[in-house]
Amino acid sequence: MAAISLQTATMAEEVKLFGTWASPFSRRIEVALKLKGVQFEYIEENLSNKSPALLKYNPVHKKIPVLVHNGKPVAESLVILEYIDETWKHNPILPADPYEKAMARFWAKYMDDKLWPAATKVVVSKGEEQKAVIEEIQEQLKTLESELKEKKFFGGESLGFVDIAANIIVFLLVAQEALGLMEILTEEKFPVLHEWYQRLVDDAVFKECVPPRERHLGFFKARFGSSTASK
Amino acid sequence: MSKEEVVLLDFWASPFCGRVKIALAEKGVEYEHREEDVLGSKSELLLNSNPIHKKVPVLLHNGKPVCESTVIVNYIDEAWPSPPLLPTCPYERARARFWGDFIDKKIFEGGAKIWGSKGEALEVGKKDFIEILKQLEGTLGEKDFFCGDNFGFVDILLIPLTTWFYAYEKFGGFKVEDECPKFSVWVKRCMQRESVAKALPEPEKVYEAVVMLRKMNGIE
Repeated sequence: MAAISLQTATMAEEVKLFGTWASPFSRRIEVALKLKGVQFEYIEENLSNKSPALLKYNPVHKKIPVLVHNGKPVAESLVILEYIDETWKHNPILPADPYEKAMARFWAKYMDDKLWPAATKVVVSKGEEQKAVIEEIQEQLKTLESELKEKKFFGGESLGFVDIAANIIVFLLVAQEALGLMEILTEEKFPVLHEWYQRLVDDAVFKECVPPRERHLGFFKARFGSSTASK
Repeated sequence: MSKEEVVLLDFWASPFCGRVKIALAEKGVEYEHREEDVLGSKSELLLNSNPIHKKVPVLLHNGKPVCESTVIVNYIDEAWPSPPLLPTCPYERARARFWGDFIDKKIFEGGAKIWGSKGEALEVGKKDFIEILKQLEGTLGEKDFFCGDNFGFVDILLIPLTTWFYAYEKFGGFKVEDECPKFSVWVKRCMQRESVAKALPEPEKVYEAVVMLRKMNGIE
């Protein structure tokens, strides 16, 4: 069932987001647009039956999210985030300083290159293999914890590029709960990151951009649930 | 004005290091070059500067490390703004970043499916690789460089990877020039730039290194 949430597009500016409700990459774009107060039309895609519009706007990868601004498409979530930051300059999500910006890009890439593959592995693996992947994820979380240090968010006082990219962790923890896995982001092991996580999911804008909890749990149970519990 | 200290931790055959060398040359930045023995023992400076990935390239600017070649090229562009490597308008910049991401995801890994395999798997790898080059050819179109008239970000990310193509051609039994002639014209155009010619290794030498890699991976 196509769900189109039409927020008023002004005459001067037309912004569309093609996404799916359960994709962290899609949800990242929603966070950025909402942080900047940009009105947009959201189009929910059915990935087993992609719309002609999606295929037209992203012929190379045929994937969501795609942002279409005044008819011109931008694809790949981190590319879209940078585009949004450069186009709507208030409430910046990237730092201005070149070195700080480089650090932000490095850590956002870390989320996609390391955390995401491990998260996708954990839901399909079982037994000993699954335990090993969880350990790998915890090593990654340790690395993130030491990067965060005393900061409120990776972006400093407020949510930034890296915090938005880190939304993968939300999806990971919902999957963990749905599949009855051992607790991954424990307060005991990760005191700093655990507090950051609470701040992230309590943030007024961020919390509007996570999948509805019950539906999300159901999604993981239906797709990956069986005897994957490894406590 | 105090002298800036710029150090590059490098490996001669790495196309990712090549990117950084070209970017620094384009900006006229002087730097100290340190060759790392990546297949042997990595230096303490490398392990301390890039504890997470332990890889080259690493750029140290006044002692502060930047890792991951695409992140480094962006950093160089912003720390030394002239001449710019990216277009000025946000949409064109996004387009450049999109193709940079495509190149990062597809080329080196695609090439590894050729040099790293044999038989049927190699044939599939070769076909897929040529498809990828054709997509790049498509986006290049009639332009001199990927973003228009000026050599820039996308060209810098891609051209060093082409030093490995000779090795792919030898193992795969094909020629990029025959399959993607426009792409080859772009390669030659880039290689005419001093910054590129000076930064990149001879494809024949890369081929010898890949032959060794193949043996090390037990493929022969």
